[in-house]
Amino acid sequence: MNGKTSNPKAWLFVLPVVALVAFNALIPLMTVVNYSVQETFGDNVFFWEGVKWFEQVLHSDRFHASLGRQMTFTAIILAIEVPLGIAIALAMPRRGVWVSVCLVLMALPLLIPWNVVGAMWNIFALPDIGLLGRMINGLGIDYNFTQQPIAAWFTTILMDVWHWTSLVVLLCYAGLRSIPDAYYQAAKIDGASGWAVFRHIQLPKMKRVLTIAILLRFMDSFMIYTEPFVLTGGGPGNTTTFLSIDLVKIALGQFDLGPAAAMSLIYFLIVLLLCWVFYTLMMRGEQQ
Amino acid sequence: MTMAKVKWLAPTLYIVFLMLPIYWLLNMSFKTTNEILNTFSLWPNEFTTDNYVKIFTDPTWYNGYFNSLTYVIINTVISVTVALPAAYAFSRFRFLGDKHLFFWLLTNRMAPPAVFALPFFQLYSAVGLFDTPIAVALAHCLFNIPLAVWILEGFMSGVPKQLDETAYVDGYSFWRFFIRIFLPTIAAGIGVAMFFCFMFSWVELLLAKTLTSVAAKPIAATMTRTASTAGYELGLLAAAGTLTIVPGAFVIYFVRNYIAKGFALGRV
Amino acid sequence: MARISLQDLRHSYLPSPRTEADWALKHMSVDWSDGGAYALLGPSGCGKTTLLNIISGLLTPTEGRVLFGDEDVTDMPPDRRNIAQVFQFPVVYDTMTVYDNLIFPLRNRGVSGADADRKVREIAAMLELDDMLPKRAAGLTADGKQKISLGRGLVRSDVNVIMFDEPLTVIDPHLKWVLRSKLKELHQRVGSTMIYVTHDQTEALTFADQVVVMHEGTVVQIGTPVDLFERPRHTFVGHFIGSPGMNVLPCTVDGGQAVFAGQAVQTADAPTDTNGAKTLEIGVRPEFVSFASDGIPVQVTKVSDAGRYRIVDVQHDAATLKLLVPEGEDIPSGSAHIRLDPAHTRVYADGWMLNGGAAA
Repeated sequence: MNGKTSNPKAWLFVLPVVALVAFNALIPLMTVVNYSVQETFGDNVFFWEGVKWFEQVLHSDRFHASLGRQMTFTAIILAIEVPLGIAIALAMPRRGVWVSVCLVLMALPLLIPWNVVGAMWNIFALPDIGLLGRMINGLGIDYNFTQQPIAAWFTTILMDVWHWTSLVVLLCYAGLRSIPDAYYQAAKIDGASGWAVFRHIQLPKMKRVLTIAILLRFMDSFMIYTEPFVLTGGGPGNTTTFLSIDLVKIALGQFDLGPAAAMSLIYFLIVLLLCWVFYTLMMRGEQQ
Repeated sequence: MTMAKVKWLAPTLYIVFLMLPIYWLLNMSFKTTNEILNTFSLWPNEFTTDNYVKIFTDPTWYNGYFNSLTYVIINTVISVTVALPAAYAFSRFRFLGDKHLFFWLLTNRMAPPAVFALPFFQLYSAVGLFDTPIAVALAHCLFNIPLAVWILEGFMSGVPKQLDETAYVDGYSFWRFFIRIFLPTIAAGIGVAMFFCFMFSWVELLLAKTLTSVAAKPIAATMTRTASTAGYELGLLAAAGTLTIVPGAFVIYFVRNYIAKGFALGRV
Repeated sequence: MARISLQDLRHSYLPSPRTEADWALKHMSVDWSDGGAYALLGPSGCGKTTLLNIISGLLTPTEGRVLFGDEDVTDMPPDRRNIAQVFQFPVVYDTMTVYDNLIFPLRNRGVSGADADRKVREIAAMLELDDMLPKRAAGLTADGKQKISLGRGLVRSDVNVIMFDEPLTVIDPHLKWVLRSKLKELHQRVGSTMIYVTHDQTEALTFADQVVVMHEGTVVQIGTPVDLFERPRHTFVGHFIGSPGMNVLPCTVDGGQAVFAGQAVQTADAPTDTNGAKTLEIGVRPEFVSFASDGIPVQVTKVSDAGRYRIVDVQHDAATLKLLVPEGEDIPSGSAHIRLDPAHTRVYADGWMLNGGAAA
């Protein structure tokens, strides 16, 4: 951040960005705020309601349940994807033709439209026609994700691990590649064990990229909508109805604009707050 | 020593795991609906390309691809073009509110699209852009511009300031320097930023679906319609799904040498 | 501690080297005596680091054997060879304190308790790091970090040899002197063999008792700084060491005498057998060339002042040579004659000194 010159004209450089993002962010946000404090019975007639919708959402069991499911889901996928991603990044070849092959194949799931991911996993996991469904049932385990909540959760989590672990792998791999050979050579000469190399060389050097990886995975998993919606439709029952799915159900399904808007704002604030907490904690860890 | 020998196993198993669902999709795309529903086989017994023929001949299908590619390309161009000067400003200058502005931009990356679906629908209807590729392209700017600024700022900060100063001493005007010298220097960063804009615009569906109905309907949305209305045409669905992987694979191949660096947002 | 012998070494980074150019290290046998201070000197890409990594065990040579004393360590990993290495860029464990950095190699070898603690404090004092011990290593300056890298080698009592791979590259110029004299002092106190890789002749000549000069994957000469200056065995050594470097002039040999510019030139050893060499050259340092009333006719083309003496460029036909003229002596302008000091003028055949021991 040092060595920058003060230049008020720099605002002209950022103006197009600010204009475009503001158009997309501020106007809709105002709309949401507007809805969140009013009641409507159609025909564009609105009545002032104050914070009623916020109180209603914050006290509703339905919101608590979705939020709980959301937190559980995010916690589980972070607990799986981060260690798994680190492990695979560590095991990747450091140079040679296989690096490109690995990177290209691993990045592939990241570029598949999200509803195709959901549809693909749907036909992959169906107990009658899906390879995964057949295999699990073949092992003697009764598995049907359209009927059993546990199977639905298992499939949703496996799908997310499939979809996003590569992001963690690629980030960690980038971090690992930035470590000069001399560090590994010095560690060898110092007689360091594999664990010591990981703990004292690789992990510290991956810290920055891991921060990015965890933040991105946290944000994106907290906003997840399309993939589970296509895979399970939020079911069976409400068992895989995460926050975004619930929000869309309320807003577009039931057209309860007030509660939906209030929920949107609470939802957005939770994401911002948690991101800020994560970020601060990780940065503090770095300074110590 | 034994550790080193089995080390390749972990990435290999992982890649096999990644490829399995994709293989299953590919496998189904070459089967008839009848075969999919009635027999279970690891490869197509009655190999057919009918599903693909249907997609390439039916305008409701192939238009979906054009629509998707149109808004993705428009979005990529807009996002990177406006992000370039902004990223330069953030990497080189101090100005009133710069840090807050940068943070505000990033918060938009954290906004759940579900929150914006309905207001976007109303906003773009009001300005008469509903059901056009422009609407989706502009809407995707919400998360792609912050990302492009973030990536480009990272790459630009890696270029020493002396480059700028030398150019001015040599008598370059700002824009001539920016276009002739600076942009070629961070070409890799621009490639990476374009890759990410392409990626996130291509994979997003909630907003794209909300902002279109018929004329600009993206391929991914066409697929959801098929799954629900036209019965269970799984073979067709699988073929359409397979085809949505192709542009991504194509793009990855081009940036394969920068992927690792790009995912770290140019700052490693 | 032990003598280090490299026997019939060759190394290539290619899986199946074909031509001579494929070898990063060409055939060599070198002995390093116990307790010596060596410098490994040569331009970038001459194979210095490759040779160093073969001694430390980071690389296994394609051919040949590495012996520590009588023990063959060719296939032994670095941690079992009892060596220490300081790299070009300081390597410290960022998450640890200076103290933990220094004790790390001891802990890895199962040494702990009072012995380890005493050793760490002793080395820290030697390196003037005692005040820093509880601090995080990441916060130190480049020279402090480089001292830690060195300290991790010094704490071990089992070290055969400490190797330095251009260790002063990232150190500020004014600290280079301090650190270099520190190394020299440490060598005297610790007494272990040290090998110091550098491309800087000043660093090499001030640090080492013996300098090993490398050129294109070959060791061209091993000798004391005085040897390298007065009796360069190869024109490369003459050129690389000394400022300005040795004059190298094309010549012929006729009747047991070198002939340059149509005149017989007196040399230290009479060139008897030229072994059918393709190129024959005379080498003489600018220090040993002087103006004379007769001798080789030349034109003075340039005079540059270098303080205590002046460097004069003179030309004879296509050949140019430099000579040093002390302060206060007159420099003729235009035509003049020069004389080469016979005791320091030598004939080189295909680059190698004749009679002085041509075979490497």
